[in-house]
Amino acid sequence: MRLDLHEYAGTSFSEYVRQCRPEVLPQFGASASFPESVRYLERAVPTGTTILALKYEGGVVMGGDRRATEGSQIASNRIEKVYAADAHSAIAIAGTAGPCIELAKLFRTELEHYEKLEGAELSYEGKANKLAQMVREQFPMVFQGLMVVPIFAGYDLRLGQGRICQYDITGGRYEEIDFCAVGSGGKDAQNTMKEHYRRSLAETEAINLVLSALFSAAEEDSGTGGPDPIRGIYPTMKLVREEGIVDIGEERLAAMCLELLEAKKRRHRAV
Amino acid sequence: MMPPYYVAPEQLMQDKAEYAKKGIAKGRSIIAMEYVGGVLLIADNPAASLCKISEIYDRIAFCGAGKYSEFESLRKAGIRHADLKGYMYSREDVSGRSLARAYSETLGGIFSQEMKPLEVEILVVEVGTASKANEIYRITFDGGIIDERGVAAVGGPSDAILRFFSEREWAQDAPLDTAIALCCDAFTRANAQDVTVDALEIAVLERDQTGRSFRRITNAARNGMDK
Repeated sequence: MRLDLHEYAGTSFSEYVRQCRPEVLPQFGASASFPESVRYLERAVPTGTTILALKYEGGVVMGGDRRATEGSQIASNRIEKVYAADAHSAIAIAGTAGPCIELAKLFRTELEHYEKLEGAELSYEGKANKLAQMVREQFPMVFQGLMVVPIFAGYDLRLGQGRICQYDITGGRYEEIDFCAVGSGGKDAQNTMKEHYRRSLAETEAINLVLSALFSAAEEDSGTGGPDPIRGIYPTMKLVREEGIVDIGEERLAAMCLELLEAKKRRHRAV
Repeated sequence: MMPPYYVAPEQLMQDKAEYAKKGIAKGRSIIAMEYVGGVLLIADNPAASLCKISEIYDRIAFCGAGKYSEFESLRKAGIRHADLKGYMYSREDVSGRSLARAYSETLGGIFSQEMKPLEVEILVVEVGTASKANEIYRITFDGGIIDERGVAAVGGPSDAILRFFSEREWAQDAPLDTAIALCCDAFTRANAQDVTVDALEIAVLERDQTGRSFRRITNAARNGMDK
């Protein structure tokens, strides 16, 4: 295969693919939509919900449950909703699973592509704005009942702190000061965090708070999966820190989940 | 009407080759050398911000010698090629060999079809895994592709550098600082003037790294290494 040296002059991977290899990108929202097809799609494609992010002393904790639903059916028990985007940022996704996972993958490639071409990482602001653009480009598919609503968390190297951004389906970008949660169980998760949050939480406290928030979302919302000790399925979580993105190991999360469940049991008996 | 001048194809190719070689020899050199932890990439390049060594993908790096604008557009096309392939298929399907072949076809095509050949010589390096050897490909201005072992050099007085290595015993499993010192000596000999570590652009592809294995060694890190 001969390389075309001058086919594209910019630094954006998604733009390059759209201009030069459009067949590679998904074409959601390209055709007219009808109310009945929208209703059908909503029931027929997996949807993931309840993701959240919370600041702590070392940066940001980002987590999500593992459930995807198709209408009232459970589509998957092990879906992954939190992805590392580059060395200093991560993205969590809620909405229609297919386009969501595609967006996370494209965004990751986008950041890496820029970094390699330019020899420097994008700034936190740059990454957050780029993601807003990419969400905005997905807007037409909302009319077919397909949604993509991400949360973006990154470590701002210039300011020396973790930061969180929330997006709406139109690509509107909102900076969050302390924490945020999105998805059908987002409200319950948000309430739990509001109750127990304080600034500069230590790492373990922050992880525990995220777990309890996901627990209460799972208790109230059928779209959110709770911990499943029988099959060993627990929420997934990542830490966004100055040194990089750290995956919280499954074993550590399992142990912390079981501990929380025990504490809940004790409290329940005492009532 | 004047008939067009006839130039024998041999003559035409020879002229183009001479032109390209002259351009490449004017610059400075780059060495790729295997060491115990992977592959060392080291360029005689005092400009701190204009890089000749670059990351292409998880285990693949690029070195370009010759005319900056020309190897820069080759580098960018390589990154686009690799990222697109990784996005369409999977990250493990992006290979140094396929990229080296693409470069070879590109350079070969330009050399035979266009008036002006590219005045570049490039290296495509892929670091191996526990069970797979390192791969170093040297691609010449006319699309020639050479599979190198142990050490490779392009640009500037690269012949003198290779002579330096062939004249002595050296280990392909040397530690990093020994390998850097050896390359430094090779530059000093080939340029016939002192080359210090500060004036070099250094990067490594690390064998044991999962994911992106390319790492630049900055001046600060080098000072730590001397002690």
